Amino acid sequence: MASGFLLPDIEDDDTAPFWQGTARGQLLVQACSACRHRRMPPRPMCPACRSLQHTWMPLSGRGTLWSYVVAHPPLLPAYQSLAPYNVITVALDEDSQLRLVGNLVARADGPINEVDPATMRIGEPVRVVFQQVEDVFLPRWMRV
Amino acid sequence: MDTTIKDRTAIVGIGQTRFGKGIEASELSLACQAISMAIDDAGLAPSAVDGLVMYSMENGREVEVARNVGLGDITYFGEIGYGGGAGCGTVGHAAMAVATGQCDVAVAWRARKRSAKGSRPWANVNQRLGGATQWSRPFGLLRPVDEIAMLTRRYMHEFGATRDHLANVALAFRMHANRNPNATMYEKKMTREDYMQARWISEPLCLFDNCLETDGALAVVIVSAERAKDLKQQPVYVHSFAQSIPQQHQVMTNYFCADPLLGPSYACARLLWRRSDFQPKDVRVAQLYDAFSPLIPLSLEGYGFCERGAGAAFTNDGALEWPNGRLPTNTAGGGMSEAYVHGFNLVLEGVRQMRGTSTSQVEGAESCLVTSGEGVPTSALLLRR
Repeated sequence: MASGFLLPDIEDDDTAPFWQGTARGQLLVQACSACRHRRMPPRPMCPACRSLQHTWMPLSGRGTLWSYVVAHPPLLPAYQSLAPYNVITVALDEDSQLRLVGNLVARADGPINEVDPATMRIGEPVRVVFQQVEDVFLPRWMRV
Repeated sequence: MDTTIKDRTAIVGIGQTRFGKGIEASELSLACQAISMAIDDAGLAPSAVDGLVMYSMENGREVEVARNVGLGDITYFGEIGYGGGAGCGTVGHAAMAVATGQCDVAVAWRARKRSAKGSRPWANVNQRLGGATQWSRPFGLLRPVDEIAMLTRRYMHEFGATRDHLANVALAFRMHANRNPNATMYEKKMTREDYMQARWISEPLCLFDNCLETDGALAVVIVSAERAKDLKQQPVYVHSFAQSIPQQHQVMTNYFCADPLLGPSYACARLLWRRSDFQPKDVRVAQLYDAFSPLIPLSLEGYGFCERGAGAAFTNDGALEWPNGRLPTNTAGGGMSEAYVHGFNLVLEGVRQMRGTSTSQVEGAESCLVTSGEGVPTSALLLRR
């Protein structure tokens, strides 16, 4: 792999629409066509009603910082060159039980090691940005 | 008719290789050595063994173990998944197989060479990620320690836990290892200052919040309670057993369910105690899965030794320490200071506590709780003497 970063298989049947969405600058969540239950991560069947029918609903891309870590070596080489860096979990504004893992960046195209971890606070509001790595657009987060 | 397995089987043999780094023997060889020792400890012949249960992550296969150790015709074999969650599960499945007559002498084991760099399961960079890991690893949440650190930070935020609480855990287990000549950290003392000054691995977790990386193998032999009476070791009964995959659980990165801090131990504990004559208040010694120190407060809560959110404070005042703590825990040193063999060493220490042969023996304990991985589909045993 050229970049050395671990990346998703963006052609997987169950998850491809999510990654197609990020490539268009949209944060999508699966919503059941039958009962409207929203689920993350994506999967074929609705755990609330067992429907196989779903739509992909755009989200506002706003959320709050639910938790975070600061990773230090030993790490895979591509990641180690950025360490220490943060990894965050975001609770989405539409439903605080919908969460995504990402990174807090200082600029839309900024690296994952630019925000001073000492300034990070659980509960602070964030908004999504999309950063391209190879052919994947990863959702990352900036302070609002 | 009582259809549960309560007290119907017993662990009658234990065996373990030495623990170390860079041990030359293969995992298969280590497995065969430990199994052979366990069979000898039970005073049985290899040909008597007719049941095998192993971790699905085990590299050696049942057929190879059977051909090496010279086992008899195997009539029951099975595997338990999810890595560190499997340990008590292998023993429980063996007990169920013996209790239901699918085999008479069952062996459960774990062999692992974890010290080799290539053995790090998160280090495979050669393919695109499918399944659950695609939602976390691209962002640099690479290792098990990162995945648990995310839950730890949230736990600290919600319940006021601090690094001092995690140090309580690490120091208690190190003290126990300092009394156990077989422990990796037998000769290495640790102070609270050592803990606080250790390098970060994944904040808020430091080096000493992590388990060891160990080569070694351990095995147990399980037979019916009736047969156990005629064998040479004091029987250690499998009193209660449970497993759990809680609702909407995701392995390790369990961030996507309603309440991620309600870990697998809660669901496991409900069945475990329902099947048991003992309750948490009766239990005076425990072996709790400790790949990472924060799993201890989470497990103390999940298994009902304290209220939710009180697990960190439970560790104060030496509560986990032998001999005077409320609940001496990981009395051989656990995964953090004895050896990390996917938690199977905790099963053997549970057996020693019930035999009365631990190097930190809790006098008068009638039962011992043993748990497997918190944060993954898990399992637990309540052993009794």
